Amino acid sequence: MRKVQAVIVGGGPAGLAASIEIAKAGGKVVVIDENGKPGGQLFKQIHKFFGSREHRAGVRGYDIGTQLLKETEDLGVEVLLDAPVYGLFRDPAGIMVSYMKDGREQAIIGEKVILATGAAENALVFPGSTLPGVMGAGCAQTMINVNRVLPGQKVIMVGSGNVGLIVSYQLIQAGAEVLALVEAAPSIGGYGVHAGKIRRAGTPIYVGHTIKRVLGKTQVEKVELVALDEKFQEIPGTEKMLEADTVCIAVGLTPLTELAWLAGCEFTFIPLLGGHIPIHNEDMETTVPGLYVAGDIAGAEEASTAMEEGRLSGIAAAEALQLYTAEEAKALKAEVWDRMNALRTGPFGQKRYDAKAQLLATAKGGK
Amino acid sequence: MADGVKITGIPTMEELKATPGLVSDQRFEKSAVAVIECVQEIPCNPCEKACPFGAIIVGSPITNLPVIDEDKCTGCGVCLAQCPGLAIFRVEKNYTDSTSMVEFPFEYLPLPQEGDTVPCGGRNGQYLTEGKVLKVKKTKQMDGTTLVSVEVPKQYFMDVRTICRKGGSK
Repeated sequence: MRKVQAVIVGGGPAGLAASIEIAKAGGKVVVIDENGKPGGQLFKQIHKFFGSREHRAGVRGYDIGTQLLKETEDLGVEVLLDAPVYGLFRDPAGIMVSYMKDGREQAIIGEKVILATGAAENALVFPGSTLPGVMGAGCAQTMINVNRVLPGQKVIMVGSGNVGLIVSYQLIQAGAEVLALVEAAPSIGGYGVHAGKIRRAGTPIYVGHTIKRVLGKTQVEKVELVALDEKFQEIPGTEKMLEADTVCIAVGLTPLTELAWLAGCEFTFIPLLGGHIPIHNEDMETTVPGLYVAGDIAGAEEASTAMEEGRLSGIAAAEALQLYTAEEAKALKAEVWDRMNALRTGPFGQKRYDAKAQLLATAKGGK
Repeated sequence: MADGVKITGIPTMEELKATPGLVSDQRFEKSAVAVIECVQEIPCNPCEKACPFGAIIVGSPITNLPVIDEDKCTGCGVCLAQCPGLAIFRVEKNYTDSTSMVEFPFEYLPLPQEGDTVPCGGRNGQYLTEGKVLKVKKTKQMDGTTLVSVEVPKQYFMDVRTICRKGGSK
């Protein structure tokens, strides 16, 4: 069986960044992704990213994706596409990664394996939520920005986190009308500047509101909104019916952890980071020796943090492979931590910082 | 209560005035100047690097609100298209005796033409006044973020921030 120094599952921002760090250190690394193209969600991010200069702030997401891909190519990273990974097995030489490729089962052993599988969108259940026209906001974003198909003309967005705000803006850019953005909480979750873009475009934001039901025979035709009290109970008499053909759901992400469960990783539950998270240490290594996590699987955040976590796991894996001395690795990891901590400060980042700190404490306590 | 950026997505005048991104009333009288409507501490600093005159400081940590040095700001407008939040505007209050110039980022098609009369709206997208399009700037450095400047009656210099979508009914 083929054996390499590192196998990375998932070719999104975290996986690509991890592969770049290992390849830079001189390691042989293979990235396996189930999609036909690498880059994860980066290629549908048409907005300019936040962050600092080091995070390529001000650069549009798809350009960051292109840069990452070029780096992987220049460094000779091997990327296997259309290859869903279905199993991880302990092996005396490392961890065996099983995947489907060209219609048959194949396997490769990585001395170190990094899971960078990302996250999936959460669903929301209400009467009519199974009607065609109700979809995840990320789904709508893929339709407009990757496939150039407008899912509908009149959209209701649910959820005011940055995903809901940004996808609303992009739907308006693509030519749809976003009739309303509703948020069950009493305040807007994402950045005010993102909210400001859709407000200037004329989209109202209703905090303390949710969807009561969606009506339609074969597709979304009408959407009924209702106000919520501070206990998130519907306030009778506040219903409002809007004619719409599309409902987009942006109510958070759940880390895609199946492979980590399969490998026997210990987990902890942190709602703020998306639910069940494989416990990992400061090197992003899980409780299974040689198995690392990076990006949304290690707690759903955003692409800039995912890239930093990817780098961190890559540097740590390279160190474990003795491609770096402890001293070299320490200096490189310190740089990543500085940048990552900067992304987790301020009123929006502090809670994630605290949640990740709690997670690291769990890792220490558990050993 | 039901006011402010966390509730409506629109910073109130009080929130704007409390930030270091808004220059003094006296500075507005002098010449064109950048207006940074960034009221939340988010991790972001491209504006700092964008300014060729060192008039915008974010520093460390990068969640600091951008501070504008009103004496150093020449009102060149280079920072506008570099802000991922599209939250920087350029305002020349005394464009003429009776009108002001407001420039804003605009990422929609079709683009207006110079000389067009367009419905201009506020931070909530609602119609405020007609405006005349002065310039439509689009360069490679701006990476898809077009800048549109409009001439509007002077009373709206702190209110007009966009062209109304869908014609913006009066």
